[in-house]
Order: sequence, then C-alpha cells, then structure tokens
Amino acid sequence: MRNFYGTRLANPLMLGTARYPSPAVLEAAFRASGAAVATVSLRREGGQGQAFWDIIKGLGVHVLPNTAGCYSAREAITTAQMAREIFETDWIKLEVIGHADTLQPDPFGLLEATEALAAQGFQVFPYTTEDQVLAARLLDAGAQVLMPWGAPIGSGLGLNNRYGLRTLRAAFPDVPMVIDAGLGLPSQATDALEMGFDAVLLNTAVAQAGDPVAMARAFAMAVQAGALARDADPMAPRDMAQPSTPVIGKAKL
Amino acid sequence: MRIEVNGEPREVTSETLAQALAELGWAGARVATALNGVFVPKGARAQTALTNGDRLEVLAPMQGG
Repeated sequence: MRNFYGTRLANPLMLGTARYPSPAVLEAAFRASGAAVATVSLRREGGQGQAFWDIIKGLGVHVLPNTAGCYSAREAITTAQMAREIFETDWIKLEVIGHADTLQPDPFGLLEATEALAAQGFQVFPYTTEDQVLAARLLDAGAQVLMPWGAPIGSGLGLNNRYGLRTLRAAFPDVPMVIDAGLGLPSQATDALEMGFDAVLLNTAVAQAGDPVAMARAFAMAVQAGALARDADPMAPRDMAQPSTPVIGKAKL
Repeated sequence: MRIEVNGEPREVTSETLAQALAELGWAGARVATALNGVFVPKGARAQTALTNGDRLEVLAPMQGG
C-alpha cells in the first residue's frame, strides 16, 4: 500500500458519507466496508453538523474533506481553508467543477486552486480527469496524489476510459493515484486495483444500493482481491490458446 | 445592523464576528466562518468587525462524497 502524504492506509478503500438512507445505515455500511478514509464536506449549519461529526469521529478513520459544489478556484480555496479548521486536517479533496451535467473538473480552476492550497501547506488530493498533461501540471503545482475519475460522479458507469487511465498510471508510476467517482460495482473497483491504482473512492454505489451494508462488504472484498491480484503479478494475456493440461504423455487412442 | 447570514437577512447588534456568532446561537459550536467570501479563522473572529450589509457564511460538518 502506497503512502498518501506520508500516511499508510490499512486498505485501499475510501468511502463517502452522503446519500445513505439514515445515519445508522451510514455507520453500519462504513464499518462493513472497512474503509480507511471517510470523505466529508461543509455546508451551512442547520443543526445536524455535530451529530454527524460524532458518528464520523466514532469510526476512527482518516477524514478527507472535499470542496464539492465549488465552481471556481476562489470558492474552493475558501472552502478548503474552512474545512482545514473544522476537520483539523491538511488533507483536502479538491473539486473545482466545470460543468453541472457531467460534474467534470474545471482543469484551469483546479490547477489554480492546487497551486494556492499547496503553497498554504495543504495536502491536496485533486479530483481530476485522465488527462496526462493536466496531471503533470498538478504535480508541478504541488499535488503529490492524483484522483482521476472513473466516470462522472454518481453515474456508476465504472472505468469509462480504461486506455486513458492505463496510460496515466504508466506515465507516473510513482505517484499515488486514487480512482475517484463513477464506480457502480465491486468488479470495477477490482479492475482499478488490478490496473495498478492505489485506492478507490466511492460513495453512491454503496449509499444508494438496495442493501448498503451488503454492498459495502462486497466492495471491501473487491478491493482486497484487486490489490492481492496486482501484487501477485498477473500473467500476460495472449491472442492464441495455450493448453494448460500437459500434452506430453497423452494417450494415442 | 443588518447582515446576511447563510443567505438569510438577519438583524444583529453585535459589533464583532465572535459576538455575532454568540448572538445567533452558535457560541461554542463546531463551525467555520467566512465573511464576504473570505475565510475568517476562529482566532480572528473577536477582532473582526462587522459592517452593515456583510455576508456571513457559517458552515458545519456535513455528509460528503
């Protein structure tokens, strides 16, 4: 397991805390997932904040605040500053959204905010695309982790551009990378880990499943399988068949 | 004076941000503040003066993905 800004996670699963049917299901699903990181956000105080925070603290996991819903670098920077004070962590999942339908990152705002926040001592986890050029710029700007999307947030489409993700992984072999967003099924999480990504971050796939607790357990097993398979050095695929049963000693009948 | 708190118009008598938070019922609450779009750290609230028409955001932990 790779380090994320010096923190070695117990397992490669990061889980969101939104859209569960109830706080009790959130807590049960989170525990069933075994996730090492919980993503959280900040919203206008409506009286529920402390109760939610007590649940998250009780989980005893790393907290990764996001800047979800920010459409400009300025908004994202202010949100990150507020999140750092309230959650007492330098980690920030930096989202600067460029389009309401796709929730695609705005690469220009993302770069601007990454640069500013890294300079202020934040440990930035930029929510980005599979774009290699942008990845290089984000790393130059001070990000030491990348979070490329699998597919648009909440879509459940899985790894939309496997070629792009594979080339991104290969281009920066030493950079910790988390597939963030778009996963709908455990098999897609396994796929991401097998491809060499260091972790996956998901929310809706668990929260909106008919049985979130069972789905959380399924994802826990899926990321374990993927990480184990990757470390076991998978065989190379080939175009033609190759008998697995020995040919030597076969009877002539 | 009249300020905007989380998008709602509010009448406050407080002169500083720290006093206004108490006046609005958030004394000791786990909240972060921004005034006119600029983050105001907890330690600076007592020295941050309010003026008529200020926009105050008071944010708390919330579910997120």
